[in-house]
Amino acid sequence: MSETHAVATESRGPLEYATKDGQMKIFGFWVFLGAEVVLFSCLFAVYLAYLHHTAGGPTAHDLYEVKGFLIETLLLLTSSFTCGLGIHELRRRNKAGVLAWLLITLLFGLGFIGMEVKEFVDYVGEGATLSTSAFLSSFYILVGTHGAHVSLGILWMIAVMIQLGLYGINPVTARKAFIVGLYWHFLDVVWVFIFTAVYLTGLVL
Amino acid sequence: MNMENIKDFLLHDFFVTGEPMIYMADVAIILVSLAIVFVLTYFKKWKWLWKEWLTTVDHKKIGIMYIIAALAMLFRGGADGLLMRAQLALPNLHFLNAQHYNEIFTTHGTIMIFFMAMPFLFGLINVAMPLQIGARDVAFPYLNAISFWLFFFGALLFNLSFVIGGSPDAGWTSYTPLAEKGLDPGVGENYYLIGLQLSGIGTLASGINFIVTILKMRAPGMTLMKMPMFTWASLITSVIIVFAFPVLTVALAMLTIDRLFGAHFFTADSGGMPMMWANLFWIWGHPEVYIVILPAFGIFSEVISTFAGKKLFGYKAMVWSMIVICVLSFFVWVHHFFAMGAGPAVNSFFGVSTMLIAIPTGVKIFNWLLTLYKAKIRFTTANLWALAFIPNFVIGGITGVMLAVVPADFQYHNSYFLIAHFHYVLIAGTVFAVFAGLHYWWPKMFGHMLNERLGKWAFWIFVIGFNVCFLPMHFVGLMGMTRRLYTYPADLGWTPWNFIETIGAFAMGVAFIIMVYNIYWSARYGERDTTGDPWNGRTLEWAVSSPAPEYNFATIPEVKSLDAFWEMKKNGEVEKWRKQPLEPIHMPDNSYRPFVISVLFFIAGFGFVFEWLWLGVIGLIGVFLCLALRSFEKDEGHHIPVEEIERTERAAGRL
Repeated sequence: MSETHAVATESRGPLEYATKDGQMKIFGFWVFLGAEVVLFSCLFAVYLAYLHHTAGGPTAHDLYEVKGFLIETLLLLTSSFTCGLGIHELRRRNKAGVLAWLLITLLFGLGFIGMEVKEFVDYVGEGATLSTSAFLSSFYILVGTHGAHVSLGILWMIAVMIQLGLYGINPVTARKAFIVGLYWHFLDVVWVFIFTAVYLTGLVL
Repeated sequence: MNMENIKDFLLHDFFVTGEPMIYMADVAIILVSLAIVFVLTYFKKWKWLWKEWLTTVDHKKIGIMYIIAALAMLFRGGADGLLMRAQLALPNLHFLNAQHYNEIFTTHGTIMIFFMAMPFLFGLINVAMPLQIGARDVAFPYLNAISFWLFFFGALLFNLSFVIGGSPDAGWTSYTPLAEKGLDPGVGENYYLIGLQLSGIGTLASGINFIVTILKMRAPGMTLMKMPMFTWASLITSVIIVFAFPVLTVALAMLTIDRLFGAHFFTADSGGMPMMWANLFWIWGHPEVYIVILPAFGIFSEVISTFAGKKLFGYKAMVWSMIVICVLSFFVWVHHFFAMGAGPAVNSFFGVSTMLIAIPTGVKIFNWLLTLYKAKIRFTTANLWALAFIPNFVIGGITGVMLAVVPADFQYHNSYFLIAHFHYVLIAGTVFAVFAGLHYWWPKMFGHMLNERLGKWAFWIFVIGFNVCFLPMHFVGLMGMTRRLYTYPADLGWTPWNFIETIGAFAMGVAFIIMVYNIYWSARYGERDTTGDPWNGRTLEWAVSSPAPEYNFATIPEVKSLDAFWEMKKNGEVEKWRKQPLEPIHMPDNSYRPFVISVLFFIAGFGFVFEWLWLGVIGLIGVFLCLALRSFEKDEGHHIPVEEIERTERAAGRL
């Protein structure tokens, strides 16, 4: 509850865990990620149930192109690595390092979102819209929900970077950077499942 | 758009017209709103309302607001129930037409579950749980305020439907394809989807908040197995919330996208599967049943143990049975639609898993009975509700096992037998519990007792009325009467039973009025609770004065065993604890933003209901702005100085 009780003793582990408030917020965020796992599980289950419900419209085979989703995957996975490096610099109390790595993370994230928007625009151009079939409804909502999460993550990361720049590394900003990092890695994990369950499965089955 | 079009829109699509009862409701709403504005202005209470309530982050005040809202919703949902019973009292009545009846059973169910049962329990959890674990607030007080206001504005949005735009009419389960745009045009279902979405987000946030509070903020020495049973129930309920509510979020969002943007998740054409909705709805919906029953079990455990004057029998078995119920609750959802035709293997699995739940529940029933065995029982109103719960709930439990028998369920399915079953578990379980909890914790909330004589009158009239209303439903159900019928012919032998049921329903209405009168009477003349411990309680909430001070505990007690306060009293340690030196107490600051962000959500929600996407987008932009402001806010709270704590404690006669 209290950020004023923040007595940041460096001997007691990472800065983001230095206060009771920081510990509780990080733990609460883990619980929230548990809820997010359930949310995405439902979207995956619905998508897989509708995989062949194409109602005469385009199928997964017709739409997915290896090159596009492979680049998306590489962009996002690399961004997770750079985000991890950012948190590493946070532990070293190197403000410039944190900001630099988070900025790189953001750029990869923006590249990913750009690719995804282009992919959606292309599909719609081929006549594959949200209302074409149950398969496409579930595709757009599953992949789109992930994309919306990434977009929100970009805005959020910008806000955290501004605060890191203004206030430096302290227990509050360290906690914020750490939590947005958790969120970012979580979205990567979800993407690994999308890569497998949506794109690879779609091309094979 | 010219004037004629606007007028046409307002009279046909926007305002609900042509029903005398709706016009009466319009007048009532306007008069009550004017009366509230007048009273607040006349007594110069606007500032007080804003500073003390609308912007508060105090868990006790948030709890009280939950309970007030839940009582209002109990009135609304109860009125819906009475209208239904009036229509069914005799065959071939035309008190309500078919459409109006559809709307009323939809709002009755939705309101009772989402806007009465859950918020009432959340209110009691908010009031009692932090006190029971020796904490000064919940883990995230600001988020707690957002949870409440999202629930409040979600409920407001839903309730708006019957005067603006039209009520939802596809049942509280909102089954597709009936609830899809093609078969159910108009805005009613949109109200359902978005109202529930708003309050659902708040519920999820509460679940996370309570988990962190209970796991991270307990008083020193209070290990998990020394927690009060109500706190255990709150913890397990919160775990269910975190794993169940996202499913509802997804289901509601998908149906909203179907209706607003033409997707095909649950449509009957273009590859959609209407039964997908039923599955998603009940994967959330069955755990939801335990979300509203486990806190009730917790309340009964506290009340029974307190008024038996004994430690709860089989504490560990009580905890483990709740954990088993929590796990099993996620594996029974198909029993809500055995008739779907999933095949014998699937139906058998879900029939057996459903029956298994009777085992941990039975363990709990026997533990309550054994707590009462050879005890000097005090028959307070709170305890009467708990004692009445046991036999009535067992009736609902037994019919539940009957419904789990798959071949037999094809006979019971969607009959009044089912209606009788779930009212016996939900009323005898949840409603009796919130009434027990209301009487039990009332002094801790307000510093005075509820009148026992009025309380007992209300109790007896309600419990008798409840049985008169719902027991005959078993019989008409077996005679073939199905749910959601708006009327029935005279020659089926159902008439006498239906008439009796209606009498019982109105008896419950009378009991509710007595209860509300009791609240008024007790506030004016009720006995003041000067000790803070009116029931000779066992848990820590009774260690502080009534009403609990803002900071709850002047000093945090050290917990050595279960029933911590009881042990302190027994060992003569209370005085020593109270004389401990004081230190300044850190508390969170109030904030206007939880209220404002929820208003913005409401505006966005209203936009989406009417498919005015521009308004929805404006509202959501406002929401994001609030989130950004919050991120940049330095929220460090404030300290209550020692002198002020001393003053407060002295005024309560504690120093």
